Amino acid sequence: MAKTFDRPKALTDKPFHYCPGCTHGIVHRLVAEAIDALGIQEKTIGVAPVGCAVFAYDYFDVDMLEAAHGRAPAVATGIKRVKPENIVFTYQGDGDLASIGTAEIVHAANRGENITVIFINNAIYGMTGGQMAPTTLIGQVTTTSPYGRDPKVAGYPLHVSEMLATTMGAAYIERVSVHDVPNIKKAGKAIEKAFRNQIEGKGFSMIEVLSTCPTNWGMAPVDALGWLKDNMIPQYPLGVYRDKEEEAKAQ
Amino acid sequence: MAQVVFNPHACKGCGLCVSACPKKIIDLDSKALNEKGYAPAYIKDREKCIVCGFCATICPDVAIKIQE
Repeated sequence: MAKTFDRPKALTDKPFHYCPGCTHGIVHRLVAEAIDALGIQEKTIGVAPVGCAVFAYDYFDVDMLEAAHGRAPAVATGIKRVKPENIVFTYQGDGDLASIGTAEIVHAANRGENITVIFINNAIYGMTGGQMAPTTLIGQVTTTSPYGRDPKVAGYPLHVSEMLATTMGAAYIERVSVHDVPNIKKAGKAIEKAFRNQIEGKGFSMIEVLSTCPTNWGMAPVDALGWLKDNMIPQYPLGVYRDKEEEAKAQ
Repeated sequence: MAQVVFNPHACKGCGLCVSACPKKIIDLDSKALNEKGYAPAYIKDREKCIVCGFCATICPDVAIKIQE
């Protein structure tokens, strides 16, 4: 029997502007639930991206700042260094984090900044109209790859979690998905851990969340969940890619 | 006794709750339209509801609550 379930306190009452079935709403709720569970609403500062989640500052009932496209990890670095007692997170999509913001995320991870990054990977640019993203799958049709992504022309899908896990500074990197209820629960636990790591001063934590974009994928929302499971997860395997604490214990 | 409550005003009719329900008792109400213009989800057979909360967990718009 489920316990009571209500809107998390760390979400405002404003309805999400996202398309029907967009999993941004699920991840927003998971982030807010983590903030509630850890009791850090009064000292959390979020950094919003450019992309569909650009209005995240309207939805999280914490102090929020809007960064220039891709620069959220740099902005979060500044905030955290000036106000180390606050909990600082960024919420970024794949166009923001994995394309224009690649430099910022790589160096924030490599410096081991004690921040939390929530990275939404839906393999496409949402807000601008469904263009190919660095994370677009090989063969995936987008408005700028109408015959499917051809690696000879457009390169390969960028595996951000794997890449950041090779930096010396990153403390915790995990990839999760929100395509069904068990995975949503796991994603919630991972996000909470990423925030707890920051509270405990463990350093840079990033959770990559595989998500859907029903509108730009051209699918019904439920079909999009199936497409994620069947096509994205084989390309982007779920799991923990870096856990410095566990590595230290093993040695 | 806990009860699942749908907010028809917040629903965008995406149907994720319909797909997640283990008892298959959620449907979109095609006879109704909310202010947003969507057919909102509703429980068609409340007696079969086991209050598992799967619908609330997958809802992207926090339109589903579980109340005492």
